[in-house]
Order: sequence, then structure tokens, then C-alpha cells
Amino acid sequence: MSASLEKGINAFKKEIDSTVGTFFSSCVNCGMCADACLFYTETDDPERTPINKTEPLRRIWKQEYTLFGRLGKLIGLAKPVDHAFLKSWEELIYDSCTLCGRCSMVCPVGIDIAAMIRKTREGMAAAGHAPEGLIGASKRAVTIGSPMGIKLPTLMAQIAHVEKDTGLKIPIDQQGAEYMLLLSSMEIINFPEFIEAIAKIFNKADVSWTIASEAFEATNSGIQIGVSDIAAELVQRIVDAAEKLNVKTVISPECGHAYMAIRWDGPNLVGKAFRFKVRHILEVLDELRQQGRLKTTEMETQKVTYHDPCQISRRGGVIDQPRNLINLFAENFVEMPDAGKMNWCCGAGGGVSANERADELRLKVFNRKKAQLDEIKPDAIISACSNCRINLEEGLEEYNMDIPLLSLTETLAEHLDD
Amino acid sequence: MSEIEFVSWVRGPGFQLAVIIFVAGVIIRLLEIFLLGRKANLAEARGSAMQGGLRTIFTRSIPDKGTLKKSSFKIVSGYIFHFGLLVTIFFYTPHILFFKDIFGFSWPALPSAMVDALAMISIITLFAILFDRLRNPVTRFLTTPQDLLVWFVTIFPLITGYMAFHRTGLSAPSLLGLHLLSIELLLVVFPFTKLMHAFTLIMARWYNGAVSGYKGVAS
Repeated sequence: MSASLEKGINAFKKEIDSTVGTFFSSCVNCGMCADACLFYTETDDPERTPINKTEPLRRIWKQEYTLFGRLGKLIGLAKPVDHAFLKSWEELIYDSCTLCGRCSMVCPVGIDIAAMIRKTREGMAAAGHAPEGLIGASKRAVTIGSPMGIKLPTLMAQIAHVEKDTGLKIPIDQQGAEYMLLLSSMEIINFPEFIEAIAKIFNKADVSWTIASEAFEATNSGIQIGVSDIAAELVQRIVDAAEKLNVKTVISPECGHAYMAIRWDGPNLVGKAFRFKVRHILEVLDELRQQGRLKTTEMETQKVTYHDPCQISRRGGVIDQPRNLINLFAENFVEMPDAGKMNWCCGAGGGVSANERADELRLKVFNRKKAQLDEIKPDAIISACSNCRINLEEGLEEYNMDIPLLSLTETLAEHLDD
Repeated sequence: MSEIEFVSWVRGPGFQLAVIIFVAGVIIRLLEIFLLGRKANLAEARGSAMQGGLRTIFTRSIPDKGTLKKSSFKIVSGYIFHFGLLVTIFFYTPHILFFKDIFGFSWPALPSAMVDALAMISIITLFAILFDRLRNPVTRFLTTPQDLLVWFVTIFPLITGYMAFHRTGLSAPSLLGLHLLSIELLLVVFPFTKLMHAFTLIMARWYNGAVSGYKGVAS
């Protein structure tokens, strides 16, 4: 990725469409988005007001695509878009935004601010103003196939363990399987229990599935850093494998942005509608539940709550399914205030967790999640994103709270009726 | 320029010029936006973009619980001054007669005393809004000279109209001239500032609701 200011400006321009024009024309600078953003509420720093983060994109739009802005540029009135300016915005765009989209839900004129910050990242990355952590993750994703540098032998070793523990066969490269399961690096390394859980549930429900050796990685650093070319390349690998194995549906695992990448952005990145369906694992499990193929036993009696991962709930539309599934095994399920589409982000999405520079800020804004949890004091938190899970664990530790984190899929598997 | 010359200019060529700039400006701005175009969404839909878009156009007028609590002043004051402004513009007898001259039809007016009160309330609210904008750290940070200009061109016609109605400060023709001038200023500034939100707000809410509705989320 060779970067230059010229490339950056071209990348900004490429992002500008009628939605951008409409959104910027509509902003009245009311500032109401600030209170929807945990990076503002927990720091009281007005610079972190969501709409302010889009300033680089706004300048380009104004100077290049409005009559008045162009006239202004001619007589030298335009505000500069140079390296110094972009550098000064880098932390606002990458460290202080998880693309959680809460701001987009409250803007009274209807601006999809998160989508515009996502667009702004395209120009930033092309101009060379993306965080080191994300650049590294993106490079590893392209060259090695995983942002955490995980290769097929690592996955195969984990699978061998799971097969030994469960006595179940994990299908690899099974032609014509109904489902092709993707995994996040985090799951392969930190939570192989997830693979075990899927194996158990799918075995019980008699589901035909497979993992593709050529495309098992679900995460997509390209959409986090904002480089569409990389994002498209990573999506294309999955498309190729799914078509080669002729599967009906690709399953996105317990990872927020991976779902956004393959389900909603994927076809638009590669410029072609998919021949297969894409479903989140929670959607697949909820379908099995509806078909009566999930039998559970022994209800969980402790007080559990569900943390909605932003890209799965608010930005992804998978909101009812986790609740239906939790009700299969928990009798004391309590919602946090603002749960569902208005849930507060854990603070680590959108590439923030891959960006070490943001560590301190990430833990600071976790205070928002803490406040939400303090309202209901649960015994355990269930979620469906391993990035949220890692961050929640770290945040709870930082704030001296002792609440275990559970994966929805894994907890469901534990309650399967043998 | 004498008083008579001034009044006849603002009633004649001045007004025509302002209307031309307003209409042409708004058309140019809207074309600028629409001509940018937009790619079709290739992802398989879960819900309806159309339903989502239409829904959000209306639902976004009602703030969510958290926003209502955090931004209650902005929301209440915003409602009051927009309502006062619209009623004053469209339901005051002389204004209706003015529109009848242009469009050839009219509609019932509200009692002048009521419009007068609403105009006063709007003026007071706009001052409170300006005070709040400069006091609140977020809006103070966001505020640009354009925000102040827009505030001024919005309150100026209300004030001059109020003065004209109560015949205070200047002679009657001068008051009318000043009121017309203030409206012309508003019309000229409109297309090139955030006042455009009066037109683009519907589109913005539509886009926002459509992208969410497509994914099966009510935004």
C-alpha cells in the first residue's frame, strides 16, 4: 500500500455520492450526535462529536462538488486538505470511532454519520494516515490470510483437538455442503470452543456443513482501515471458495465486522451479487430453533444479559434471534437499558482493538458499558462477537468487575439435550 | 436613495432578484446532489428500503428516549421556533394575500393576535437558542460564522415583521421596506447555507431509513 496525498484525495472523491451530498447539505451543526457517542460522553471532548470526524470528507465534497465551494477554491478561500490537516484528524477517525452507528440513529436530520466516517477512512488510509496497528493487520490479512497471522496448519491443529475432545468429524472442503462456516482468527486462537460448539449443535441438528481450507477467515481488516481494494480481495477469497465447494449458504461467525463485511458490504465490494446466501450464525441457529431441531435441557438460573454487538444488531439487523435463542436456556434473562438497536458499543469495534495507540481511550470509554451493566448487575454477560467478548473481559477487569463472559453459541451447545 | 426609491426597489427588482437567486440556487444545489448518483445495493435484502425510508422520514421527528433526555432544550426550542416560523410565514393574513397575488389561491388565516404572539415567542426562542449554542461546549465548538449568519437571516425577518406589525421605530413604508429586505436576504442566503436542510432533510432521512430498512432495522 503506497500512500500519497493525491491518492488520498482521489479516494475521498471516489466515496462521494448523492448520499454524501445530501447528508452534508442537511447538517445544521446541532451537536446532538455527541451525546449518542461514547467517545464523547466519556471524555467530554467536543472534538469527538461524531459529525466533526467527517470534516476531511466534507471539505473535499464542498471544494469539488458544490458551486459555491468551487468558487471559493478559485479565489483561495478553501480550507486546506493537506498532510498536516489529515494527520490531525487521524485519531478522531480511527481511535475515537468504532463505526458503531449510534450517532446515525439519533441525528434529527437523518445523517448516517457512521457511514460517512467509514467513507472518510478510505481517503485517510490512501493518504497514509491510518494507524500502524491496522496497517499491520491489513498486510497480514492479504499476505498470510489472517489479520492475526494465523495459517491453515494452526486451524488444522485446533480442529484436531476439537475432533479428539468431541469424537466428532469436522468436515473440511466438503463439496455441496449446505453451509460453509467462516471463523475469526480470535475464535481459532482464543476460543476454539466455538468450533466445538458448532460441531455439537450441527451434529445434533443433522446439518450438512463444512469449513473451506482456502477461505476460513471471516474477518476483514480492509473494511476497518478503509481500503476497499483489500476488503474486496478478502471477500473474493470467500466467494471463490463458496462457489468452488458449491455451498448454499456461508455462515458468518461470532464477529461483528465480519458480518458487515461479508453480508452487507461483500457483494458491493466485489461488484457482483452472490450466488449463495450469507447468514450470521445466530440466524442459522434461530432457524434451527424454529424448525424444532434444537432441543435444550437444564435451564440456566443465574441472571444473564445480552450485549448486542453493533455490527450484528444496529448495523446488521440480527436483533430478535439472539433473544429467541437465549430464552431456550436461560430463565432469568434481563435486558440492559438501551438494549437492542440502541445498545452502547463496547468501545473496541471498527478496528479500535487492533490499534494499540487507542488502548487507553478504549478502556476509558468502557465506562459507558460499565454504567449500563451497573443498572442491572447481571451474573453473566452473553454476546455474539469475540472482539466484544475480549474487550468486555478486559474492561471488566480494568473496572474491577467480576462478571463472566459467555458466547451465545457455546452456551447454547452446553445446554443441548443429549 | 430616498425612502420611496428604497421601498420601490425592494418591492420590485430587489424582490425579483432575490426570488430568482433562491429558486435557481435551490435547483442548482439539488442537481449538484442528485447528479452525484449512487450505486445500487447488491447485497440480498432482508427488509424493505422503501418502507424503511418512508418510516424514518416521519419517525426521526420524534427523538429517542436518550436523546430527549440529553438534548431536551434543543428539541423543545427547535420545535417551537420552527412551528412559530412556519405559522408566521403561512398563516398571517397579509402574507396569505401576498401569496395569493403570486399563486392565485389562498387559504384561511389565523387571528393576527395569535400570529403576533407566536412571532414574539419565536424571536425569544431564537435568542435562547443562540445563547445555548454559544454556551454548550459541543455547539460552541461546532459553530462556524455560517451558523451565526443563518441565525441572523432567520430572526431578522421576524423582528422586522414584528416591528412593521406594531409600527414601531420607523415610518410605515420604511418598516415594510426593511421587512422585505430582510426576507430577500434570507432568500439569497438560503441555497448556499445549511438552510438547505429544509429541502434535503427529507432525502437525508430517506437514505438513512432506507439503508437500515434494507437490513431489517427500523432507524
